[in-house]
Amino acid sequence: MTAPNRAQHPVPDAPSAPGTAVRAALGVGLAVSAYGISFGALAVAAGLDIWQTCVLSLLMFSGGSQFALIGVLATGGAAAGPAAIASATLLGIRNGLYSMRMSPIIGGPWWRRLLAGHWTIDESTAVGTAQPTLRAQRVGFWVTGAVIYVGWNLTTLLGAVLGDLVGDVRMYGLDAAAAAAFLGLLWPRLTSRQPVAVAVAAAVVAAVLVPWLQPGLPVLAAAAVAIVVGITNALGRRAI
Amino acid sequence: MTVWHIILIASIAVLALKLIGYAVPPSVLERPTPARVANLLTVALLAALTATQTLERSGDIVLDARVPAIVLAAVLFALRVPFILVVIAAAACAAFVRVLGWMP
Repeated sequence: MTAPNRAQHPVPDAPSAPGTAVRAALGVGLAVSAYGISFGALAVAAGLDIWQTCVLSLLMFSGGSQFALIGVLATGGAAAGPAAIASATLLGIRNGLYSMRMSPIIGGPWWRRLLAGHWTIDESTAVGTAQPTLRAQRVGFWVTGAVIYVGWNLTTLLGAVLGDLVGDVRMYGLDAAAAAAFLGLLWPRLTSRQPVAVAVAAAVVAAVLVPWLQPGLPVLAAAAVAIVVGITNALGRRAI
Repeated sequence: MTVWHIILIASIAVLALKLIGYAVPPSVLERPTPARVANLLTVALLAALTATQTLERSGDIVLDARVPAIVLAAVLFALRVPFILVVIAAAACAAFVRVLGWMP
């Protein structure tokens, strides 16, 4: 949580810092954009049409929430709508935290923060807050956001068109690709004992409840693990 | 509720959460519990989705070709192989296991 402090006390502007920020933004942006293809293909496999898939990437623009929505719809169909909406929304809460972290860095008029809000995701926040100067932080955020917004939407369309052509999902192992995609979003967050314990417990709770609850609800029930552990700070580091 | 309703409601909710962060004072971040709960919520939901996507079929738990695929994916992520390559490898693994008829 050092980002807001950095924003208020940036080190004197080093001339090379914005250039470094642009390179970081392009590297991260292009790598992340590539997996829009898997989202597009999996969304169509989950029963969405190409338009619906593209609207999700244009409007929701948050990988975790988008994968969650189509994941629940894939197993429960439109009847699982409330659970799908709840899963996507709960996964979107972290973006609100990122917004709070980026708010003092972005500054400026309301319309600039409105656009910044739409582009506030894991990657733009990570690249932005990692830069040493205020100017480089802004450059890093905006370039990463722009590259991923354009790239993610183009690759989503490409993936949706390809997925539409592919047809049978299981024959090509696309159902396993969906599971691997969630694991890939989870992996970088398993940085200490507490998140690992929460991940294992949540996976077990969800799997055990599958035969007993409507599709989508086991995932929501597993969220309770995070709330209990988060409030009690079990297995966590002491607050400094 | 049609699929379009679901898409629009969820998209507006996710977008609203992003915008709310720019409207509240940053001091909320200084309290550790809300930040910790939000981070762990992400972990729990992604882990639960990984489990259900690997094991669920028509409202039941089944062990099929997705299981070896997710084990392969975990190994590749641990080796820091890029996301898109791991996803492709997992799909190929499941397809291969099915073609050979080892698992459904």
